[in-house]
Amino acid sequence: MSSIAPTAGRRIGDVALTLISPRGAVFLLLALLLVAIAVLNPNFTEPGQFMRFIQRVAPIAIVAIGQYFVIVSGEFDLSMGSLITAQVVIAGNLIGQDDSRSVPVLLLMLGFGVLVGIANGLLTTLLKVPSFIVTLGMMLALRGGVLFWTGGAATGNPADGFRQIGRGGIQDVPVLDYIPYSVIILAVLIAAAVWFAKRPFGRSIIAVGDNAVTARYAGVRVWWVKTAAFIISSLSATVAGVLLVGYAGVHPSVGLGYEFTAITAVVLGGVVLGGGRGWVVAAVAGAFALEALFTLLNFADVPSTMRTSIQGAIIIAAVAYSAVTFGRRRRERAPQTSPGTGKEPDRIEPVSPASARPTPDGTHTSNGG
Amino acid sequence: MRRSIPAAAAMFGVAAALVLTGCTTDPSVTEPGDGEETPAEEVEWFDQALFDEQMAQMETTPEGPDGQPYLQYIDPEMIDTSAYVSEGAKKGCFANASIGNPWRQTGWITMNEQLKVLQEQGVISELETRDAQDSDDTQIADIDYFIEEGNCDFFIISPNSTAAMTPAVERACDTGKPVIVFDRGVQTDCYTTFIHPIGGFAWGIASANFLIDNLEEGDKVVALRILPGVDVLEQRWAAAERLFDEAGIDAVDYFTGADPAEIKSIISDELAKGDVAGVWMDAGDGAVAAIEAFEDAGVDYPVMTGEDELSFLRKWDETGLTGLGTVYSNFQWRTPLLAAQKIFAGEEIPKEWVLPQAPITSDELSEALAANEGMPDGHYARFGGEDLPGYPTIWQERQIP
Repeated sequence: MSSIAPTAGRRIGDVALTLISPRGAVFLLLALLLVAIAVLNPNFTEPGQFMRFIQRVAPIAIVAIGQYFVIVSGEFDLSMGSLITAQVVIAGNLIGQDDSRSVPVLLLMLGFGVLVGIANGLLTTLLKVPSFIVTLGMMLALRGGVLFWTGGAATGNPADGFRQIGRGGIQDVPVLDYIPYSVIILAVLIAAAVWFAKRPFGRSIIAVGDNAVTARYAGVRVWWVKTAAFIISSLSATVAGVLLVGYAGVHPSVGLGYEFTAITAVVLGGVVLGGGRGWVVAAVAGAFALEALFTLLNFADVPSTMRTSIQGAIIIAAVAYSAVTFGRRRRERAPQTSPGTGKEPDRIEPVSPASARPTPDGTHTSNGG
Repeated sequence: MRRSIPAAAAMFGVAAALVLTGCTTDPSVTEPGDGEETPAEEVEWFDQALFDEQMAQMETTPEGPDGQPYLQYIDPEMIDTSAYVSEGAKKGCFANASIGNPWRQTGWITMNEQLKVLQEQGVISELETRDAQDSDDTQIADIDYFIEEGNCDFFIISPNSTAAMTPAVERACDTGKPVIVFDRGVQTDCYTTFIHPIGGFAWGIASANFLIDNLEEGDKVVALRILPGVDVLEQRWAAAERLFDEAGIDAVDYFTGADPAEIKSIISDELAKGDVAGVWMDAGDGAVAAIEAFEDAGVDYPVMTGEDELSFLRKWDETGLTGLGTVYSNFQWRTPLLAAQKIFAGEEIPKEWVLPQAPITSDELSEALAANEGMPDGHYARFGGEDLPGYPTIWQERQIP
């Protein structure tokens, strides 16, 4: 990826090299999955269908963006899924059928998201509790709060106007046919994330994850940078919650397992657990790859009892592939210092691949039976 | 040489993972209509004798007082309870599996209203309740606590799971006090009475037959299932799958965890693959998301079986689709307390108290909706508490006691 005199042929070669490199592996995987889906079901390539696919991925992709910033800063956020659930329940209960409450409740939800992020960040940085534990506690606290509030059962959906954000879109667009609002929101957030990651503050998040001591000597306020990363992730969970309440509706199982899906997506995107390396776009591609895998299994008529296992096996294979190929490449050019972008992973660990999709935990049986 | 070790290890790991899942990625072995893996499922959950028995019970007119389905019973084998006759208000101890879904919550509210009536009549002094929150271990501890220190005159147990709860129920039986089991069963008959609606096979028969009657041979049905391994839910699917198979309906099943986002994605993918003529659900939770997926895709509504949960009934009414509200009688939550009253009065009761269970048809829909006006979406139309003093406010406010 450090070609100096690119000719056309060389460029193509570079692209090919990038695709089989660990940094590009996720794009290759995504491309393979999309091609497989298109072969199994040609309808999928119609613009309208494809837009609906992006609409469906938008919430998890947005959660992956938030998780990316936390992971790249060297921490974890396990509370995202529960925060989504909490926000979904807040929207359902507080907006009800009254459209006029949409804006105040939306502001309240954003405020609540910021609060959760600040709490996660300060507990991690100032009290020096590992974020794995802090956010695990936050996950349980939020889930418990939702259980207490709802008794674990669905309440009514919020007003249709509010749900349009996640459910509706612009109809009859030339070429694209249909643009869901959530696709627009996702595009804006990806652009914002890429821009932000290149800004000094975004770079200091990566620097803190790479080496917090060096970053501190370089004048970075580590506690504030990490707290900001947690606020970003909580806000992204809030946005995902707003989209999900529209797309799906209110249910205590909405958001369940999203934190692990997001971590899997981020790892699949070649972002290093432990921080300091990774590209936000690759994390988003990881989210797309996971959802594409789910869709592929739907199209391939895989029996319901085997789905989760097959998903897990493919995710392990994908992550193992990047780990192995990168390990080889690194040994081949060992003396090289880390590239200017600082985004190449040097070790990758699979995280709970079986949780790539929210798995039912048995607490939501609709019937006592 | 050393370089190849991690690669080999990774490949081995992946191969092992695939072997462990006991599966193959070759889609050709999972073609519909395959005779390979479905029988394994059927062997496990399909029970021809139970299927036939429940089919017959659906046709049987229940005995008992008119208009009080919670006191009716089918094919009873009556037992003598004169040994338990006793004066005065009794203390009950209720080991509840959970109130973690809308069906159980609705029943729990109804039960508490029934309790108030019996307390006023001086039949029951109090009902000490422990909620096991879907945990076998917790419920075993709850039952043992009741036995040791509960000072209970009678036990009500709504088992969390069948096999795990059996020894604890047997210990409760050993106290010699009345033990009333309801909803899910246990593998012993030491109880005084076991109260339940007809059952999972009846659900599967009613819903599958409705779809078969309204669809053509070869039509596609998407079956949305909450989770595997719960006997009553598995029985619903086992019966439906058998009937779909016999009728030549192309049914494909998914586990959803009742997550509406997942349901929507599944239906969208199925619609992208081709026409979906019917939707079958093993529980109504999430039915609205399934219907919305058809709206979002801009295609005709499917023929659909949901549950008597109001969210589905309302959406059904709104859209005018061809539907059936399958029922797993929620009013069974009243019966255990009334059974306790009968036991201490020495009245005969059925050993296995099979309550009626009949789905809501389109003819009954508007009536069911009118009777439940103002109730929240998570309420169940066949909750059977219309004659209790707190009706309808208590259920409308839905304060979980």
